[in-house]
Amino acid sequence: MKYILMMNTMKASAGAFGSWPKEDIQAHIAFMMGFNKQLTASGELVSAEGLAFPDQAKLVRAGKDGAPVTDGVFPEAKEFLAGYWIVDVESPERAYQIAAQASAAPGKSGVPLNMPIEVRQVMSGPPKEFT
Amino acid sequence: MTTSGFDLRELAPQVIGVVLRRFRDFAAAEDAVQEALVAAAMQWPREALPENPRAWLIQVASRRMVDYQRSESARRRRENAAARERDLVVPAASVENESGQDDTLILLFMSCHPALAPASAIALTLRAVGGLTTAEIASAFLVPEATMAQRISRAKKTIKASGLPFRLPAGKQRAERLSLVLHVLYLIFNEGYTSSAGPNLRRSDLSAEAIRLTRAVHHLLPDHTEVAGLLALLLLTDARRAARTGPGGELIPLPKQDRTLWDQGEISEGLALLTATLPKGPVGPYQLQAAIAAVHDEAARTEDTDWPQILALYDLLNQMSDNPMVKLNHAVAAGMVHGPATGLNLLDALAADGRLADNHRLDAVRAHLLELAGNHPAAISHYQCAARRTASLPERNYLMTQAARLKT
Repeated sequence: MKYILMMNTMKASAGAFGSWPKEDIQAHIAFMMGFNKQLTASGELVSAEGLAFPDQAKLVRAGKDGAPVTDGVFPEAKEFLAGYWIVDVESPERAYQIAAQASAAPGKSGVPLNMPIEVRQVMSGPPKEFT
Repeated sequence: MTTSGFDLRELAPQVIGVVLRRFRDFAAAEDAVQEALVAAAMQWPREALPENPRAWLIQVASRRMVDYQRSESARRRRENAAARERDLVVPAASVENESGQDDTLILLFMSCHPALAPASAIALTLRAVGGLTTAEIASAFLVPEATMAQRISRAKKTIKASGLPFRLPAGKQRAERLSLVLHVLYLIFNEGYTSSAGPNLRRSDLSAEAIRLTRAVHHLLPDHTEVAGLLALLLLTDARRAARTGPGGELIPLPKQDRTLWDQGEISEGLALLTATLPKGPVGPYQLQAAIAAVHDEAARTEDTDWPQILALYDLLNQMSDNPMVKLNHAVAAGMVHGPATGLNLLDALAADGRLADNHRLDAVRAHLLELAGNHPAAISHYQCAARRTASLPERNYLMTQAARLKT
């Protein structure tokens, strides 16, 4: 069964990431790369992507003529999707375990960030029991 | 993998068997044969088919094994860890069972090892016995090739660590292990059957592969009634494939299917197999499920379905195993024969037992029976509840449509 693990960061902390000492940034990046490697080695990684900073995001709606109308950033939102993993695992408990590992990624001075990771099942094709 | 009409995959297990006997290292032999198969798939269509394809594959794979062992022994010398080697090597092959046909069975028993999680056993079976490439298996399961390669490699390490000898299990163990093999083949079929047409088309090849492998097992064990039962079940179920999804990938439930789309060839093969098998006894769960599928397949119209017969078969299946999904289907059949109230009573008992507490199917069946009983508000609420819980997107669409239909 496949799950998406969505890493949400507070808008304030996403900005603060750039102000960490170099070693802390490097340690964080090394953790993330090692984490992806570990998930490949365990035969569970489907995909993983990091997203651009929220201040680069645009909100798009269709205008009356169907053409895109873009807005700047969304000042009211506090949390942003920073990146995600999709994993293929044997049980939901295993997905939670992986999420907890990601949540504990090292932050400033190596202190675990304990970020909230939203875990949701990825929907599959037709069920066998159906017919 | 076919090269100019010649099916390479048939040879895969035989070649692994020979190379494994010669070199006694399952994981490495399986890798070497995989490389030989890939080489053959590239080379044979360009050049001519070798005079003896099996010997060609054995030779190429053996050459890879020699290269591998050379680099391995150099590494081991460096590490000076010769003692460890004994634990990592598959014990010597027994002298009996030297035919290529038995190798298919032995490899199936190994790949469907009790220590493996289903996903790993499935992947290894498709590669070692099915002769599919890692890339093909990865694409069928929609995961990256590197992930699938690791899954297979870990599965082989688990088997190595278990020290399982390369021979057929004997006695009581053999029966237990065979039922695991049949279960894995059933799961491979499901993986293919649960995919809709369109972008996932390659997944449906898995059903064909499961049927091919089950056919091979049936060929090797023609008197085993449950092997024949499973083959019949797969054929009688696969026969309905074209009718179970609409042009947009939407689900079409059995009563609404266009029965002219059912594959009559598969149905008659499944029926013939079942008719020949049932009198032999003992009758097991796969034969009973095949018999249920057969009753559905034999009805020219939905209203011709012989529900009393289906109910009797579910009664038997229910006595044989304490499986909540069987009880659920039994309740549906009881509802069709004795009226929805009987079915709903059985569902109450099943809900009290708790094992299906979070399962959307319980709500879906309840909704269906409530609808038959004319209680539309309750049916709507259970269709919606089932829609929230299912992990299948087409099924969620179907259940939400069912609820919306009753509201108007």
